[in-house]
Amino acid sequence: MTPQEKTLQSNIPEGAIHEKWDKHRFNMKLVNPANKRKYSVIIVGTGLAGASAAASMGELGYRVKAFTLLDSPRRAHSIAAQGGINAAKNYQNDGDSIYRLFYDTVKGGDFRAREANVYRLAQVSNEIIDQCVAQGVPFAREYGGYLGNRSFGGAQVSRTFYARGQTGQQLLLGAYSALMRQVAAKTVEMHPRTEMLDVIVEDGVARGIITRNLVTGEIEAHTADAVVLATGGYARLWYLSTNAMGCNVTAAWRAHRKGAFFANPCMAQIHPTCIPVGLHKQSKLTLMSESLRNDGRVWVPKKEGDKRPANQIPEDERDYYLERRYPAFGNLVPRDVASRAAQVVCNEGRGVGETGQAVYLDFAEAIGRVGKATITAKYGNLFDMYQRITDEDPYTVPMRIFPALHYTMGGLWVDYNLMSNLPGLFVLGEANFSDHGANRLGASALMQGLADGYFVIPYTIAGYLAGVKPGQVGPDAAVSKEGIKTSEAHFKTLVEMNGKAPVDDFHRELGQVMWDHCGMARNAEGLKKAKEMIPEIRERFWKESRVLGNGREFNQALEYAGRVADFMELGELAVDDALNRTESCGCHFREESQTEEGEAKRDDENFTYVAAWEWKGEGKPWELHKEQLDFEEVKPSTRSYK
Amino acid sequence: MSDQKMNLTLKIWRQSGPTAKGALKTYELKGVSEHQSFLEMIDQLNDELVRKGEEQVAFESDCREGICGACGCMVNGQAHGPDKGITLCQLHMRTFSDGDTIVIEPFRAKAFPVIRDLVVDRRALDRIMMAGGYVTVRTGQAPDAHAVPIPQEKAEKAMDAAACIGCGACVASCKNASAMLFLSAKASQYAHLPQGQPERKDRAMRMIMTHDLLGFGNCTNESECQSACPKEISVKNISLLNRDYARATVTLENVSG
Ligand SMILES: Cc1cc2nc3c(=O)[nH]c(=O)nc-3n(C[C@H](O)[C@H](O)[C@H](O)COP(=O)(O)OP(=O)(O)OC[C@H]3O[C@@H](n4cnc5c(N)ncnc54)[C@H](O)[C@@H]3O)c2cc1C
Ligand code: FES
Repeated sequence: MTPQEKTLQSNIPEGAIHEKWDKHRFNMKLVNPANKRKYSVIIVGTGLAGASAAASMGELGYRVKAFTLLDSPRRAHSIAAQGGINAAKNYQNDGDSIYRLFYDTVKGGDFRAREANVYRLAQVSNEIIDQCVAQGVPFAREYGGYLGNRSFGGAQVSRTFYARGQTGQQLLLGAYSALMRQVAAKTVEMHPRTEMLDVIVEDGVARGIITRNLVTGEIEAHTADAVVLATGGYARLWYLSTNAMGCNVTAAWRAHRKGAFFANPCMAQIHPTCIPVGLHKQSKLTLMSESLRNDGRVWVPKKEGDKRPANQIPEDERDYYLERRYPAFGNLVPRDVASRAAQVVCNEGRGVGETGQAVYLDFAEAIGRVGKATITAKYGNLFDMYQRITDEDPYTVPMRIFPALHYTMGGLWVDYNLMSNLPGLFVLGEANFSDHGANRLGASALMQGLADGYFVIPYTIAGYLAGVKPGQVGPDAAVSKEGIKTSEAHFKTLVEMNGKAPVDDFHRELGQVMWDHCGMARNAEGLKKAKEMIPEIRERFWKESRVLGNGREFNQALEYAGRVADFMELGELAVDDALNRTESCGCHFREESQTEEGEAKRDDENFTYVAAWEWKGEGKPWELHKEQLDFEEVKPSTRSYK
Repeated sequence: MSDQKMNLTLKIWRQSGPTAKGALKTYELKGVSEHQSFLEMIDQLNDELVRKGEEQVAFESDCREGICGACGCMVNGQAHGPDKGITLCQLHMRTFSDGDTIVIEPFRAKAFPVIRDLVVDRRALDRIMMAGGYVTVRTGQAPDAHAVPIPQEKAEKAMDAAACIGCGACVASCKNASAMLFLSAKASQYAHLPQGQPERKDRAMRMIMTHDLLGFGNCTNESECQSACPKEISVKNISLLNRDYARATVTLENVSG
């Protein structure tokens, strides 16, 4: 494929970085209050991004329809976030500022994010905390009654707000309660257990969606003046991940097939501290909070194949490899660096546990230093969780951890207004690509989801709606009917799959290929192999898998088959993207592009761009479009944690 | 790490749709690893069923780490199974022994109709939330987060109540199928915080009235809900709510009288 080069319009406003958002808000058109009722907006997904958007737009007076595939908007993958949410409040007086949060996020993203978006994110971060507190989110507080903070994910300031180990839950319930208030006020029509299958596009403009009622199986069209996707990330492409079972790419993927560009699909974050894969068939992996690295020391035996139990390996035969390789940051190096280092020692045959794919996270020294009680106070619930899953006591035996797929920085391409290249189609939260570049920092996904939903989309959507006539396409229009037919046909094919194996077999196989060849470290040879293997797995999936029951009922096997079918296609694109990007950056480590010490080597000259891929049709190669990134504020430098 | 394999007899509620008649069906499942979670055990059964050409058992789950509240069934008559303070997805098979018979049924309550097999419709809980489970504040209206300090102890109490995951185990375990533990958890979260004060009485009133209209039963202080709650939410919340409710009715009588 010879990628044709085109430049995408990111629509970054003029002016100094700190003035862009204010000026833009002033320059954008408004929809006058009386007219808002005339406009309808569809929001797909009610995680942090979708719920906050739906509530805020309902309050403004738009007619909102919100959809989630789960049974209630009180649930979404967002609920599982443990660590916290960043904001530039500088309540600790430790030198934080909007500029510093912006700077850290751009640098943390290894200079592959759009500066203007990141700056805006840092700007609105403070309002998020205000809003959540006003909603009654019970953030942790100090004795004096003011909010507590912790430092998180290697940040040098304490800017992370948290609610015990349940920050995502509390933020989501806050947004959910605001949403339910609007549902009661009838400004939002809520559709739980409803899955979006496709976007309705007429003349290149998004006009609505096709959905399947998961209880009755009915396939319907919903139309609106704008469609907002807040459908989360696609880490389950790798099968085993820390993501919830319901996470999927269908909404984004179907929009992609209708013309929306998919940006940086290969950029996926692998979190270093997860409970390792065991020998039995697991359904997902569990994250152990990153905060554990504040006190735990990571090590493996110095000797290859050393099978002695941890307590029989003397101190001088242990390799505290993070402390050795990165003396300045030690066990607190960023996620991508810690994950890769673990893989390196395991590849050397020094991994521990029954599979050899794990490293120790040892608290013995910390317990000796501060006492067991202090460690229990800090991490008690995490230790319990570990013990429940592994049946081992982390107070006496070091934890075994290993990296796992966690978050996807890639997603649908959006401009500064969070609109995709399809007019009328907006994308928020983890589903878009915009703010984290090649690597997301801890506690910044919750911030982005809520920034997008509460404080960005309510403004930028008005700028769009003010220029369109309401109610142009209805559910009975030809495009809507056509959309229903196409989805019905797709589901008929899925129901009729008549092999012998459960869909899960093929999803696992796909995930394994992705993990082996497009995981923590990638090289041309492996990626090319994956590119051959994926279409072959896809073919077998369609021929050999089996979906029982029918489409006119509650059928979880069928739902799952539809989602796996889309992963089968996305996998190939992610591999293409990884092949195209011959540099290493952030979480994308190309073995061909490393320094002598084995660190990631960026190629700024050739790859300071967002790769946005256009679907050209079944069986045809994707077309690459490039959005050049300009770094006017933070000059690209090598990230060093030595 | 050792791995005990066990053979189990499962009796699972199968019901093909909301109006269909359901029944317990017996399955023999072999070679279950003690390290598997309870839901992975059902995954294994489903895998085998599909290979044999039988429809899989429908059950709900999302996070599989005890926080979303999607999972939950009655296991041998206990909501979320025998272990205290955890959800079904956190239950591991090492709790069981080789040769055990396990009876698995959906959460049952008038307000929770069965959708299929172990999946029930819990939208009634959302309706209670719609009636007052919020603080009325529009996006953008909020003052600085530090405008009102909140004593740590209050914030902690609010957090204890806010930990509710909305799974419905309290309802399923209550002989009256009351949702008072769920409702009171939300109401007390706000009752402990300054932000929750302006609407406090009104909230208690509206949420309780909606609760009763939806077909949930009255609370008769059995406390089964508290023992079944995977987040160990305390029945003290119910007392607090009842006091607010009593005050609200007094105010209402004064107004109408
Ligand atoms: C274990 C874990 C811990 C984490 N901890 C942190 C942390 O401490 N701090 C932090 O900042 N980030 C954290 N993250 C990341 C963060 O939680 C997520 O990135 C973020 O919550 C995503 O929010 P979202 O609103 O974009 O999507 P989601 O919460 O994934 O919501 C997606 C929504 O879309 C719906 N949906 C999807 N597809 C469809 C469809 N086709 N039709 C209808 N509805 C659909 C879903 O039902 C859901 O409502 C963590 C992630 C994990 C996995
Ligand atoms: S699946 Fe989320 S609590 Fe069990």
